[in-house]
Amino acid sequence: MKHRQHVTVWVVLALALGVSCAKKKPPVARPTTPPPGATADNNRTPAPPTPVTEPTPVPPEPAEDTLASRDIDQINKNSPFQPVFFAFDSSELDNAGQQSLNTNAEILKKYATWVITIEGHADERGTAEYNLALGERRAVAARTYLVSLGIPADRLRTVSYGKEFPFDPGHDEAAWAKNRRAQFVVTSK
Amino acid sequence: MMQLLHFTTIAAVLATSFVLTAGAQQPPPGQQTPPQQPSDIRIAIEGPPGLPPRIAVPEFIALTNDAETIAAAKTISQVLWEDLNFEREFYMVGRDTYKTIPPPPSLDQIALDRWKEIGADGLLVGSVRKTGSGVTVQFRLIKVLTGQSALGKEYSGLPATIQMPANRFYAHTISDEVHKQQIGLDGVARTKLAFTSDRDGDRIKGPLDNRGVSNLYMSDYDGARQARVTISRAQDISPMWAPDGRSLAFSSWRSGYQDLYIIFPYGGPPIQNPTRGTPEKQSYLPAWSPDGTKLAFTSSRDGNPEIYVMNRDGSGVQRVTNHPAIDATPTWSPTGTQIAFTSDRSGSPQIYIANVDGTGLVKITSESACDRPTWSPSPWNEIAYSSRLGGGNIIRVYDLKTQTPRALTDDIGNNESPSFAPNGRHVAFVSSRSGKEQIFTIARDGKDLRQITRVGNNRYPNWSRYPPEK
Repeated sequence: MKHRQHVTVWVVLALALGVSCAKKKPPVARPTTPPPGATADNNRTPAPPTPVTEPTPVPPEPAEDTLASRDIDQINKNSPFQPVFFAFDSSELDNAGQQSLNTNAEILKKYATWVITIEGHADERGTAEYNLALGERRAVAARTYLVSLGIPADRLRTVSYGKEFPFDPGHDEAAWAKNRRAQFVVTSK
Repeated sequence: MMQLLHFTTIAAVLATSFVLTAGAQQPPPGQQTPPQQPSDIRIAIEGPPGLPPRIAVPEFIALTNDAETIAAAKTISQVLWEDLNFEREFYMVGRDTYKTIPPPPSLDQIALDRWKEIGADGLLVGSVRKTGSGVTVQFRLIKVLTGQSALGKEYSGLPATIQMPANRFYAHTISDEVHKQQIGLDGVARTKLAFTSDRDGDRIKGPLDNRGVSNLYMSDYDGARQARVTISRAQDISPMWAPDGRSLAFSSWRSGYQDLYIIFPYGGPPIQNPTRGTPEKQSYLPAWSPDGTKLAFTSSRDGNPEIYVMNRDGSGVQRVTNHPAIDATPTWSPTGTQIAFTSDRSGSPQIYIANVDGTGLVKITSESACDRPTWSPSPWNEIAYSSRLGGGNIIRVYDLKTQTPRALTDDIGNNESPSFAPNGRHVAFVSSRSGKEQIFTIARDGKDLRQITRVGNNRYPNWSRYPPEK
């Protein structure tokens, strides 16, 4: 796999070099015949043709991998944390949500070194852009409640994914209800 | 009769838009200069009274008999016909109509009788010749009535690469040239679309839910030549072309939280991160000021989603909004003095306008829910946005002069994330009308819906302002 990536990089580099070599040749530009019948052109030399240039997109480079998986993956795969669900277009915690957060707070007190990220999510009915802000509000609401239960704020990160990552890909209320959520991920321990 | 009415309408639109487009190129009031007269005497291709000129584009002549040249001649003439058809200023005579007319032996020997017979007012002929490093393309726009040449140019110099076959760009260049010279219109044939896609099936790095990743892609305005721009094992969204068409600002979770980045898809500086975020200082949904010196964006760095403005290098951050409700999704007015955005301070998300310093707040929509305001380029004084209707959204356009909204799309599927073409005559948007989420374009009168993407889910379209310069 690693090897194949290297090969790809070389191929891409070779292509890029080929492109830049080709680019260095000056564009061919020579006068065109004057348009017959264009009276204004009769007494002077025509303007030289326009060399056309279009930049070539460079091949994309893989971004640095800052999210390398660690063994906390196992924890997150069978997460002990309960998600918190929200009403449509709302970031208010209801009773059930507070109960889930009470449970999550107990786990965080037991594992006092864990740092978690609270992900805010939204269902597909809202628009992509607004849902980023709505998801952020949901994550922050969960965080504020956990802080009120005595969990240090610096152990609780928030991030919004809007409607980018639905938990249930369905298109009905049952799916939407599952997708309007704050989800808890262990980031370090 | 129907046909005639239709043409009359087009002609009326043509006349109006010509005046308006000319206005767009003038400097702001106070330093107005009269419109530039072309230095040559312009030969205008004219249609019958009240009707648009009828233009024919026969296949370009291949002057060298090799496969590459023959293919180029075919592609350029076909794409050129489609480019000219896109703006609907000319009546493009169907190419099947003149398939039987034999191609002229050269651009200097064109028998016009057959073209008069089919009622063409303008004839766009061209030739392609193979050269050492590519092809040389010559075209001529002929006024069929008189045989005069209205416009003629020769192009070369585009290296054809695997990523960017050059033939389409020659056609786009000719189309923009013809629109400009004949009717003073800034065409969009050389502009680009940026958008996000999950077409390559990449999965997010990490343990959760087996999440698919969207990265940035770009294409020609018509969806041809789609190319990947970013590769990250994290979500990259909301690309926004800088006004010079050379770079894209976008939101990404590549550091584990939302932050803003600027990438140069044609090479140049390495990727930039002007906001230099942290988990406590996240930023998203960038929007370039019209002069490209500033970015507006959304951030909860002060505890709640608010609009901020900063210089493009990240310095000089200034807060625009200050309200406990959500304020998000900024867009600049063409003058750079105002910002429109989404706020739910009234109880549901609606579109507001404020001065860049936060003063002068005005609520402009009162609908079920609105988002992604996108201000039109001048001279159109409009804001396009998504508006909730039934179970989904439609695209609406709000006219700031008459203070009235109108529907741009129907309500088939979910429609959102509108982005204006740089001449304001089309809008790109996302729709699920064909199944998955895809990019579409539509003319400003709601006609001419076109599907741009077909593979994977494609979202967050953004139309470049100008063609990229070298």
